[in-house]
Amino acid sequence: MTLFIDLTLNGLTYGLIYAAVALGLVLIWRATRVINFAQGALATLTTYVAATLLDRSLNYWVAFAVALAAGLIFGALTERVFMRPLYGKPELNPVVVTIGLLILVESVAGAIWGSTDRGLTPAFSQLGLTVGHTYLDFSSFDIFILVSVLVLMGLMLVLFRWTSLGLKMRASAFAPEVARLLGVRVGRLLTVGWALATFAGALAGVLVAPLLLLSPNMMDPVLVYGFAAAVLGGLDSPVGALVGGVLTGLGISYIGGYLGSSMETVGAAVLLVVVLSIRPEGLFAAAKARRV
Amino acid sequence: MSRADRLPGAERLKGLQGQPLAWHIALGIVAAAVLYLVTSSVSLYDNTIISEIAWYAIAIAGLSVLTGVSGQISLGHGAFMAVGAYGAGLMMEHFRLPLIVPILVGIAVATVLGAVVGLPATRLRGPYLAGVTLALALAAQDLPTKFSSLFNGDTGIIVNQATPPGGVNPERWLAWISLFGAIVTMIVLANFMKSRYGRALKAVRDDDIAAQASGLNPNRMRVLAFALAAGTAGLSGGLFALWSGIVNPNSFSLFLSIQLLAGMVIGGAGSLVGAWWGALALVYVPQWTNSVTSHFSSVSAITANVQGAIFGLLIIVVMMAAPTGIQGWLSGGYRRLRRGRSRTELEPVLPLDLDLSSTSTAPERTRP
Repeated sequence: MTLFIDLTLNGLTYGLIYAAVALGLVLIWRATRVINFAQGALATLTTYVAATLLDRSLNYWVAFAVALAAGLIFGALTERVFMRPLYGKPELNPVVVTIGLLILVESVAGAIWGSTDRGLTPAFSQLGLTVGHTYLDFSSFDIFILVSVLVLMGLMLVLFRWTSLGLKMRASAFAPEVARLLGVRVGRLLTVGWALATFAGALAGVLVAPLLLLSPNMMDPVLVYGFAAAVLGGLDSPVGALVGGVLTGLGISYIGGYLGSSMETVGAAVLLVVVLSIRPEGLFAAAKARRV
Repeated sequence: MSRADRLPGAERLKGLQGQPLAWHIALGIVAAAVLYLVTSSVSLYDNTIISEIAWYAIAIAGLSVLTGVSGQISLGHGAFMAVGAYGAGLMMEHFRLPLIVPILVGIAVATVLGAVVGLPATRLRGPYLAGVTLALALAAQDLPTKFSSLFNGDTGIIVNQATPPGGVNPERWLAWISLFGAIVTMIVLANFMKSRYGRALKAVRDDDIAAQASGLNPNRMRVLAFALAAGTAGLSGGLFALWSGIVNPNSFSLFLSIQLLAGMVIGGAGSLVGAWWGALALVYVPQWTNSVTSHFSSVSAITANVQGAIFGLLIIVVMMAAPTGIQGWLSGGYRRLRRGRSRTELEPVLPLDLDLSSTSTAPERTRP
């Protein structure tokens, strides 16, 4: 029973990190129909920025804020420099550019900070908590992970539902031509969208680094599971990203806990195939007609 | 039309171009003759490189047909290579058979897996399919560790070198085997693209509902394309096993799948010639960057990463400067030269319907 509780809590923690990555992928997919494979690598880069600041013994929260701000900047730069010239080109091309960017960024990170694993000081203790007389494999830092991803989700919800910026962003994703006619600066909003998406990824990076170890390709598996989460959720829906993330996290945690850790990837693949065989467009995608 | 038309024998040559199979076999024989001369004259080390180029080109060509002709994306093509390599490697380890048998077994196992993966793929589009194949690539790395007794875990299985007939160097023999495999693959794929299945796939890619209304079965066509691409990767994997001498999970990392995809796009999706450009890039760019960086820097963190950085940069630059890949750019230039038209009129869009005879002026003939 304790094992089950531990696995559930562990699955939730990782699940919310996957959800943050998935949210970033969904935001970009909705706006530009691109899967951003560089998301993880950019998040690694921002996490290294945080690690460097922490090495200079700066306050954790300063490093945390700088990493997230760096996420905003890297996202905006990526859109402006690499994506902007490719709109209207064959749709596989921007995706391949993000793959190129993934390799480039990870190599640059490796060249600057070295390829060996290193730790990252967490904000709170990573020691398991004791509830009543039971020791749980769940720490204060894990609670911090849950809270900060949920806050991120909440902020995004507020932004998209109740602000004029969010409304414009939804409009330019939903009908760019019409939005442009109505005076929305669609191009500028795409930049904002990429910045926000990379911001979400940067948060995931800073949160996951103390759990895994920080290395140039730390985010590779996280990105794959985050992508699985986004696909499960339907790629179009931020709520789907959250649900898909939690499902992926729990699924992988149970599979790893009960069947052995080498079954995690196999299990994730099977899970993805089964769910998509039943719902080919993911769990939360809106039904849509296709034009002949 | 062109000067070639007035040359004697040109008519017969044009007639040959109307018969795709005969034309492709003729091209294959010419290529084999040229490559025989090349392999005989270059060093043994270069022969090893040639084998490497050949197995890369085979895998990329299959992927290219899958993406360019059928419009499906596979981010886990390394997994099919792994299946082919393990299938062939295990056969070679346990049985003493002529080389062709284990290779064929590797192809068969990969084809079957491709068909199985292709089944859910019939319902999935674009990013969803990419997600499934990506998960597959990760899983393929962990399975040998899980079933350690059969696959010998992380250590992998040792594959003995192919024994050449007397007087031939093993390296040269391997290059011949690989090139033979590559030429057969190119002939099969080129013919497939010209066949009614190839046309049907293009129809399904462009509009599956309209294709269905015309009496095609889109799902069956998609599974067929997936199985074909997987089988091609299986051959590539078998040749890889012979080339590397060892098959272990590390050989088939996610990075291999990404490399194959990058090679395909750099060469030009849907183009078999492009597959060779892609293979050349995958083999020579790392070599070149290694030799350049060893001159300039001795800091290990930098030298170890320059290769990746340049490779990533190359992908980005090719995609932005030549969106249809090297082959698309070359044939675009060729067409511009011939017709003397402005560039903007001829900007081709991906997926390109290029193949070996794309630069010919022969009209496409439908089968009687």
